[in-house]
Amino acid sequence: MSAALIQQLVDGLAALMLLTSFALLAQHRMLSVLNWFAAQGVLLAVTAAVVAYGTDNNELYISAVMTFLLKGLLLPWLLWRVIRELHVHREVEPLMNTTLTMLVALGVTLFAFHIIQPIEKISQLMTRDSMAIATACVLLGMLMMITRRKAITQVVGFLAVENSLFFAAIGSTNGMPLVVEIGIAFDVLIAALIFGLFFFQIRDTFDSLEVDAMNAHLIHGDDEE
Amino acid sequence: MSGILTLDLALAACISSLLASLLPALFTSGNILRTLLCLLLSVTGLLAIAAGITGLMEGGGALTLPLGLPWLPIHLRLDALGAFFLLLIGSLLLPVAIYSQGYLRGVTRLAPLAVFLPLFVFGMLGVVLADDAFSFMLLWEVMSLASYFLVTFEHQHAENRKAGFFYLLMAHMAGLLILGSFAVLYAASGSFEFATMRQAAISPFWAAIAFLLAGLGFGTKAGVVPLHGWLPDAHPVAPSNVSALMSGIMLKVAIFGFIRVVWDLMGPGDFQWWWGTLVLAAGSSSAVTGVLLALQQNDVKRLLAYSSIENIGIILIGLGLGMLLARYGHPTLAALGLIAALYHSINHALFKGLLFMGAGAVLHSFGSRDMESMGGLIHRMPWTAVFFLVACLSISGLPPFNGFVSEWLIFQSALMAPQLGGALLTAMVPFSAAMLALAGALAAACFVKVFGVVFLGHARSNAAAHAHEVDNWMKLGMAIPVVLCLALGLLPVLFIPLMDAVPQTLLDISLTGAVHAHGWLWLTPVDVSHASYSAPAALAGMLALGCVAFIFLHPRGESIRRSVLWSCGNPHTHARMQYSASSFSQPLRRILVGIYQPEEHIHNEKNRHKLLTRKVHFTSLVRDIAVQKLYQPIAEFVLSLAKRLDRQHQTGIHTYLAYTFYTILFLLALLSFKQAVAHYHLPSLMQAASAI
Repeated sequence: MSAALIQQLVDGLAALMLLTSFALLAQHRMLSVLNWFAAQGVLLAVTAAVVAYGTDNNELYISAVMTFLLKGLLLPWLLWRVIRELHVHREVEPLMNTTLTMLVALGVTLFAFHIIQPIEKISQLMTRDSMAIATACVLLGMLMMITRRKAITQVVGFLAVENSLFFAAIGSTNGMPLVVEIGIAFDVLIAALIFGLFFFQIRDTFDSLEVDAMNAHLIHGDDEE
Repeated sequence: MSGILTLDLALAACISSLLASLLPALFTSGNILRTLLCLLLSVTGLLAIAAGITGLMEGGGALTLPLGLPWLPIHLRLDALGAFFLLLIGSLLLPVAIYSQGYLRGVTRLAPLAVFLPLFVFGMLGVVLADDAFSFMLLWEVMSLASYFLVTFEHQHAENRKAGFFYLLMAHMAGLLILGSFAVLYAASGSFEFATMRQAAISPFWAAIAFLLAGLGFGTKAGVVPLHGWLPDAHPVAPSNVSALMSGIMLKVAIFGFIRVVWDLMGPGDFQWWWGTLVLAAGSSSAVTGVLLALQQNDVKRLLAYSSIENIGIILIGLGLGMLLARYGHPTLAALGLIAALYHSINHALFKGLLFMGAGAVLHSFGSRDMESMGGLIHRMPWTAVFFLVACLSISGLPPFNGFVSEWLIFQSALMAPQLGGALLTAMVPFSAAMLALAGALAAACFVKVFGVVFLGHARSNAAAHAHEVDNWMKLGMAIPVVLCLALGLLPVLFIPLMDAVPQTLLDISLTGAVHAHGWLWLTPVDVSHASYSAPAALAGMLALGCVAFIFLHPRGESIRRSVLWSCGNPHTHARMQYSASSFSQPLRRILVGIYQPEEHIHNEKNRHKLLTRKVHFTSLVRDIAVQKLYQPIAEFVLSLAKRLDRQHQTGIHTYLAYTFYTILFLLALLSFKQAVAHYHLPSLMQAASAI
């Protein structure tokens, strides 16, 4: 395959990344959020494999396999288990209505493209066009954390931000050293486990997994006015 | 060579105070700790006196210590001004250290005091020696923080903690303002070193800013009305030996800082016409407000604290006159104003230190600060009473004691001031002199009240009837300032030439010739045709008159008759028939009702019929209007703001995440904006320019 084709492929995958990020924001049901999150993980793995092929970087293949296993399968399964075990409400409860969120997300994406423009001019990498999309995805992940009420959706948002950062790393540097990749993957796994553990604890303490319920408890706990 | 020796003495004083603060680490036994602490502090005091005197007589020296920040070593320098204040510090520290040996006996928890008292002294010595802004601020903060811990020494009482917090707050505000004034001077000179700041030229606008910042900062620390709110709260709650040092020395260190920044670093060349006027106005208002409020206090240490505000006002009147006169080209008179202010500084250090020590002695043997339950202590504590009387006479400005000399000098410099430019200035100088006279009279009334209520008459409580005299250490500690008060009052002609080095360095003018023109007996500032004063002659005259009166009133052979006190011809007297502290000040409270706005309540307890009164309750409360009208609204505003911020903090995780999100967006936008400016606009602008 020619370099141009690979670049086309990476750009295409980047576009799909952006699509998944928007899709995550647009979902109404928890299960489809998890599906899209799993899809994002698979996309990430494919991107890593394509870049590995294009740059003849064998370490990136290992990282692609790890990404597939961890982000494509394990994390979605863990979160799905939490939802099932804890009988979490199947609805995503947004703080801001979905249409408005999508409009804001559009604005944020445009903003990301605007600020990355000067960097794309000077970059020599074949994956340089994906930088803007990666930045947009980071911001969309944060947007998801802000506008969703459930603790689980916030965790998904956080993991989406992490995915985007990984994507940006592949895009801007052709992948980090393998040791770093493994370290980060391990960190994310641990974080996910800890989140899972916390969910059980929080449910036991507050009888709810909604962040507002915890806030209400905290505020009424020490507000003496 | 002598300069180096002088500075070595000063450094030795600093080191011995630092050593003293390390004592609690070595000794746990209370008695050994107390003795060594007082010994080392006395040594510090002696060294400071020695350094001060040699520094004033032979000039000081400069030294750079390889400590502090890597690019900014600590610069120390002992000049005439610093030497004078070293002398001031030492001359009160020595008696207070001796006094503490007795006063601290029986204090169980001595360690905090033993750490922070020497640190406090160290900070003050260091501020006086500092020769760059960084070490000045560092040592200034050491002084402030150490004194905070001394104020809250008895922190088991909520009142003390509150006073301590108020003090800490105001001290920090003052520190911030002073830092601001150094920042302005740094911007003008490009260096933190005082030597460079002195030479740097500064524009009138920025000079005014630096003056205002320094004035407000040092004024807060010195307790100038209306920045004095912390002072009457903080001084009474500290242990009395600490109150003596705080009131006697720390307020003077603030005055020193003001002189250092305004007179020394900026210099008389930079004075603007309104600076002196402002200082005069602040001094006059402090003097009168301080003494008016002092008169209405019934807590003896609180009364002394208000009286400190008055005396700071007097010092500022002297400084303000000096600044005005220097601005309008009368350097000799300006030097007189400066000398008068400095003279009053050391006087106030001595007699206010003595008064606080006396109050501490009363407190020590009596256990309360409330004057309404004292009385007749002159019989139980004759020595303390005599010492206290001398301090009262000195602070009231009566000859032959020292208070008279300095106030007289201030009057001289006000009265001899020629016509200055503008109607405001022409009115301001006599007005401040009038305020000074009023304050002097009221101060006398105030100390008649203190001495009369505390020491004369009958005991108003059982505790007062069983008070006992203090031990010899405390007596010795109080005797030294008494001697010094008398010496400074009798021999100003010998002392002023010693202080003369200060105006010599600040104004390039000497008063020695004028002072010495008529020998050691007569003090003649400037010109004999205007005024002269001879303290020894006055003393001799008073003694002679007293002897004549005694002989006239008590013919030979007739013994002195002793009878019941306060009897007014009535054989059955009761302690409650005497004037009380609040009844003594009642006339003034009535005359100046508009100023005091006292809250008075009278409550009659009836006995069945409306004409039969069983009991009358009377309460009168005079509040500090400045605190009420100025501090409380500010405090309430800040509190409400803090409460709103607090509510913002409790909104929840989404808000926090949103803050993070907005911050990232903002920073990214900033970045792209900068890039846009750098990459696109500049070349296009240049193209446009070349096209033209």
